[in-house]
Amino acid sequence: MGDGLSEMMNEFRKGNPATYEAAFEALFRLHQGAVYGWLLRMVRNPAAAEDLTVETFWRIHRAHARFQPARGFEAWARSIATHAALDWMRTARVEIELPAALAGPAIADPAINEEIRRKTALAFGHLPPKLRIAATLAVIEQQTHKEVAEALGISVAAVKLRVFRALRSLRKDLERQGIKP
Amino acid sequence: MTEHDETRMKELLQQALPRVQGEPAPRRDLWPAMQKRLEAKPTALPWFDLALAASLVALAALFPASIPVLLYYL
Repeated sequence: MGDGLSEMMNEFRKGNPATYEAAFEALFRLHQGAVYGWLLRMVRNPAAAEDLTVETFWRIHRAHARFQPARGFEAWARSIATHAALDWMRTARVEIELPAALAGPAIADPAINEEIRRKTALAFGHLPPKLRIAATLAVIEQQTHKEVAEALGISVAAVKLRVFRALRSLRKDLERQGIKP
Repeated sequence: MTEHDETRMKELLQQALPRVQGEPAPRRDLWPAMQKRLEAKPTALPWFDLALAASLVALAALFPASIPVLLYYL
């Protein structure tokens, strides 16, 4: 299995017309679920995540010659997917409310009412995409700072700084609305 | 913002926006859409636009006095 997989990745990287499409399709089928899941965590919209999965693999196809098997396909695909999501966030109106079927159980705090939750979600949607994506992955989705840093192509310190700036901006926005978090 | 404030904001955010549950899968097989994208013809080169730009550059190179006129109409 391991040998077959590394052979498939080599065929993909080499781009030999006789074997490339089969290798690309196999990699697509193997990783489309993981790429879709990663994208959904960032964009929180199933239809957009599906479109972005195709966009991500399109970018992967165009960059196949730059693929380094030693780095691993999944990490490389995640990084490309993260940048595709970031480009999408810059142009599209972000849906921050997840469909109920996909949302995990909310942690109930009686001190936080529905109105505060709604305003927090809305204010979060207004943050700059670079800050929002870092906070989404690190705080909401609870990915490690290292994973977020690899996906964004920045240092762990830069991830921490972006998360801090996102939370500070969110707090200021809520305070302007008369909410004391 | 203190460390306590930061922790509080994280809690608030996690309550306002619950995380994605489990390992979600796409609702359909995405390979047909991918295949369609791969087979799509590359965008044709805008030959007319390129020819127009080349002639303007040539005009500016041959008759530098025309540059202010071109800039005026741009």
